[in-house]
Amino acid sequence: MIPKSKQDDKFRILVLAGGISHERDVSLKSGRRVADALTEKGASVILREPDAGLLENLQNDRPDVIWPVLHGATGEDGALRDVLALTGIPFVGATGSAARLAWDKSIAKILVANAGIQTPASITLPRDSFRELDAEGVLKAISESMSFPVVVKPARSGSAQGVTIVRSQEQLSRAMIDAYVYCDVAIIEKFVEGTELAVSVVDLGAGPIALPAVEIVPVGGNYGYQERYTPGEASFFVPARLSKPVAETVAKMAIQAHESLGLRHLSRIDMIVDAKGTPWFLEANVLPGLTETSLLPQAVIASGHSLGEVYYSLAEAAVRGRG
Amino acid sequence: MTNNLGNNLDPWLDSYASRAYELSVSEVRALFAVVSRPEVVSLAGGMPYVSALPKDVLAKSYESLMSKKGDLAIQYSGGQGDLTLRDQVRELMALEGIKSSVEDIVMTTGSQHGLELLSGIFLDQGDVVLAEGPSYVGALGIFRHYQAHVEHVYTDENGLSPEALEEAIERMKEAGRTIKFLYLVPNFANPSGVTLAAERRPKIIDICKKHHILILEDNPYGLLYFDKPVPGALRSLDEDGVVYLGSFSKILAPGFRVGYVLAPPAIRDKLVLANESAILCPSAFSQMLISEYLANSDWQDQINTFRGVYRERKDAALGAMKEFLPKLHTTEPDGGFYLWITLPDGMDSKAMLPLAVTELVAYTPGTAFYGDGTGQNKLRICYSYPTPERIRLGIQRLSTVINRQSDLLNTFS
Repeated sequence: MIPKSKQDDKFRILVLAGGISHERDVSLKSGRRVADALTEKGASVILREPDAGLLENLQNDRPDVIWPVLHGATGEDGALRDVLALTGIPFVGATGSAARLAWDKSIAKILVANAGIQTPASITLPRDSFRELDAEGVLKAISESMSFPVVVKPARSGSAQGVTIVRSQEQLSRAMIDAYVYCDVAIIEKFVEGTELAVSVVDLGAGPIALPAVEIVPVGGNYGYQERYTPGEASFFVPARLSKPVAETVAKMAIQAHESLGLRHLSRIDMIVDAKGTPWFLEANVLPGLTETSLLPQAVIASGHSLGEVYYSLAEAAVRGRG
Repeated sequence: MTNNLGNNLDPWLDSYASRAYELSVSEVRALFAVVSRPEVVSLAGGMPYVSALPKDVLAKSYESLMSKKGDLAIQYSGGQGDLTLRDQVRELMALEGIKSSVEDIVMTTGSQHGLELLSGIFLDQGDVVLAEGPSYVGALGIFRHYQAHVEHVYTDENGLSPEALEEAIERMKEAGRTIKFLYLVPNFANPSGVTLAAERRPKIIDICKKHHILILEDNPYGLLYFDKPVPGALRSLDEDGVVYLGSFSKILAPGFRVGYVLAPPAIRDKLVLANESAILCPSAFSQMLISEYLANSDWQDQINTFRGVYRERKDAALGAMKEFLPKLHTTEPDGGFYLWITLPDGMDSKAMLPLAVTELVAYTPGTAFYGDGTGQNKLRICYSYPTPERIRLGIQRLSTVINRQSDLLNTFS
């Protein structure tokens, strides 16, 4: 049974959105969409910021469940989730410890690789390593060991912020600077040419399932921040234009990555399928974007569900301690 | 719905006007979402300190308005604006040496709207607008929307350079370009904070007259001087060649959205028609409330209060710059809201902004104030809204950001 509020019979859900991360704007947009969908489904929804008054508010007005829609550091690095766990109120999404591992792309890559999933070769370099060693020498060593193009990205960041596809050695130092502006650790990853996919994983009651893969074709070739949040700047194919065997492999790999990272309720696994049909894990999203242009909502709709149904079911799963 | 072209999430993509394609989400704009959080010291937005306004006086103005002319205040009104307020605006402009008739004043929804109307009246695709370098970001947005080319004219601590203006005009003419107007903010400019020197004003008017170029004089900050009044308005020197834009946003409050344009009669006629076409009429309620406030309060004393508030904050900002960032060049304004700061060579204030957000301080990157992508090593600080203590904290945080970015650049240099 889903607990009901004493004031009315509705399922009382607190949606947390905003925060002070670089992705605050995306979080606010996602949060309002989730709140609208849950309200339409019949829940009693309160939308608020995670701020200094949050814990007192939770004590005085305890919701049935918390739905954190916080992107970026505050929501995905595990810190807030650990605090939410202390309140004893169930919440949607990964536990703090799982989020902490998945949020750091360099650690996530190691964990999924250990589970047998292919991920492009990469090097992880903290900013300090360039300062302590000769930066020019390090850049030269990178250039000699990895053929271009490579992708430079912050180890902990979202929405493609600070990400650059580097096609020559001359572009490398600028790309490193742009990544370190977001995070003190950067990943230099071999660029895999192929079909860009986002596979959303949700648990609606019978264990994690992969929703139809979303194939992304950016109009300008790059799926950066602007392309992610401006309708018309990318085309999407849902389900992705994959052969049946590749589609099955991709779905299986997404669930395997979700499980190997210890995620629960929902996640989005980003991958590339190369020309040979081999999928490569790129990163996992602890709390994927849920805006009107985001990928998980597109996959939900393509699967024949409504957003309200799925978001509500995820809240129910959190209450039941499932997923 | 997905077809063989995929779903681009915008079924109207092929229907937009060509000028709409530049209207897209920006990562920098999204980063500004953090400024609403109390932890962040925002030195970004040009917000007036409206807490210095006596709300009880405004409340009395409201009560008086509603009891005497309530029905009129909430009704449609004329497209040119409220006559009583236009008469009061005439008095306001007289403080800067401008002689005018109420017939030539058009009330608008903020002076931004006046600028939008004027741009719609004058600009065709590819036309040239001459502007200070740097120039007001809101104006650049309008000019970009009308697909005009903005040619920045060299500007120093005394404002726009007449010699550089002459050179830019010649260069544009040689290139076969059509120059439609010169746009400038002559007093405590946004973002530079500089004021156009008195001796340059007639020179600029003469140059524009010679080349038959209209001047758009945008003056939202002129009355907010710290010690001495600004030189006479350009419009006071030339009634035929200067269109003057004014605003109540900075000397009263931006929430009213009331601005005004003083234009030569032929342009005024077109402005009134354009205003009616765009919005039927400016808000009667806002105009009449301001009119009531001006008639029944000591508004000049209130402007004096604002001057004191902003002088104190400017001093706090310059003091913090000397304390935490003594090597950086900053303008030292005699009024208005802004410091314009030059970063070390090679530093890009836009690229540095995420680091600033991490350190809980926000500023406006310099590139926002140029139409040509320059201004990377500049940034604007607005000191009007935070308290002096918060300004000091914000600039202290900014110094951390700049030092970290400098260290990063040195590592990779």
